[in-house]
Amino acid sequence: MLATDKPSTLKQTPLHALHVTRGGKMVPFAGYDMPVQYATGVLKEHLHTRAAAGLFDVSHMGQMTLRAKSGKLEDAALALEKLVPMDILALAPDRQRYAQFTNETGGILDDLMVANFGDHLFLVVNAACKDEDEAHLRAHLSDNCIIETLPDRALIALQGPKAADVLAEFCPEAPAMKFMDAGPHQVNGIACFVSRSGYTGEDGYEISIPNDQAEALTSALLDHPDMLPIGLGARDSLRLEAGLCLYGHDIDTTTTPIEGGLNWSIQKSRRTGGARAGGFLGSDKILAQLDGGAPRKRIGLLPEGRAPVREGVLLFADATSTESIGSVTSGGFGPSLGAPIAMGYLPSAQAADGTTVYAELRGQRMPMKVSPMPFVPHSYKR
Amino acid sequence: MTTLYTEDHEWLLIDGDVVTVGITDYAQSQLGDVVFVELPKVGRALKKAEAAAVVESVKAASDVYAPITGEVVAINDALAAEPALVNSDADGKAWFFKLKLADKSELDGLMDADAYKAHTA
Repeated sequence: MLATDKPSTLKQTPLHALHVTRGGKMVPFAGYDMPVQYATGVLKEHLHTRAAAGLFDVSHMGQMTLRAKSGKLEDAALALEKLVPMDILALAPDRQRYAQFTNETGGILDDLMVANFGDHLFLVVNAACKDEDEAHLRAHLSDNCIIETLPDRALIALQGPKAADVLAEFCPEAPAMKFMDAGPHQVNGIACFVSRSGYTGEDGYEISIPNDQAEALTSALLDHPDMLPIGLGARDSLRLEAGLCLYGHDIDTTTTPIEGGLNWSIQKSRRTGGARAGGFLGSDKILAQLDGGAPRKRIGLLPEGRAPVREGVLLFADATSTESIGSVTSGGFGPSLGAPIAMGYLPSAQAADGTTVYAELRGQRMPMKVSPMPFVPHSYKR
Repeated sequence: MTTLYTEDHEWLLIDGDVVTVGITDYAQSQLGDVVFVELPKVGRALKKAEAAAVVESVKAASDVYAPITGEVVAINDALAAEPALVNSDADGKAWFFKLKLADKSELDGLMDADAYKAHTA
């Protein structure tokens, strides 16, 4: 009933030794040897993050900068707007925004964060996509832009209601930042990039640290009594409760941002009738769906029983129909809710909140209710 | 009464022809926090190696296989209300089901406590 599979070619983050020392149970993830949990266990790590503060190593994610050859930020912003449906030109200095790289057919190549660092843009992309993202940027933007990856930087996230108090002891400016503020800050005397953001639905920060100082700073933060190291297991249950997409599961090249329910992330200026409407890869399809509706959409699902309903489970309109109408893309147990939760895709006509659909689980049809997300309210400091 | 173990980390408590089955403490420690257990119905005839129960931890779902052939004569209803019993008392209160032993020779290949300890070392 237990399987261990550990290819020998796994990469390590600069915090690998720290994870092992602190009892991290290491598993392969996106080509890296990463902690899925510590001795605390997934359930307690999850609840501790919601009650106090948790520290996550996300150094496997890709960090890169985008600079215009002209030296003007607006040229880099306009260049990036060819690859994302977001307004990058209006992104203010020291602010960050959620974005997606789209393809010609309106699918999503990756989702990412874009920050305005004054004279250049700072991007954080998913680990599994970072090489393809870099190639994509070089293929489309090299004429006007310089793309630089930052493999010499680690990335950690501090999440939870006490994250601000903890970080204030190391970075006095941190509490004054608002949700999605981002910029260079000294943290314990180390030159970091700090953003007030995260992937748990909680208040918190993401901190980019030079590799050679990552372990010292992370250890100092973990020595705070309110802080615990948190593994990938709780990271997944936290983001699922927060209704946040996991790339490669809830969104991918076969889903558009509209089907994925990410309409909110597309600013007016890039929509039909906006100042810079369209002009990004797949814009015809994406804007048509934004205006006229998408055939299917990503929805939250609450199983009526106690059994978790996981990724890949097929969904049916009723207890006996033979043709599935959708599937679960993420699912598990929500420790803060004390109940199973899931997300998946359904035809838009059958996706209204409160609709009952049936999951086929081990040969049985289990009723689930379409539910609004997030399952646990966000507590961002706006 | 004797306790025997499978390579799949189940324990079997043999009491005459009634065999109580659970998962070992080692298994629960590898699974992590258990949030759901699905048990077979009483009266179901299980064949050896057939999927009999499901344990869901926060991380994943795992099958529990019937370690021997036999009819299910009892299941542990307490696990439905309190799946975390599997973490706190895997070897005791968190038994899964009881089987009526059909073929005693099926017990021959199982491990005793010392052999199981060596298996997980």
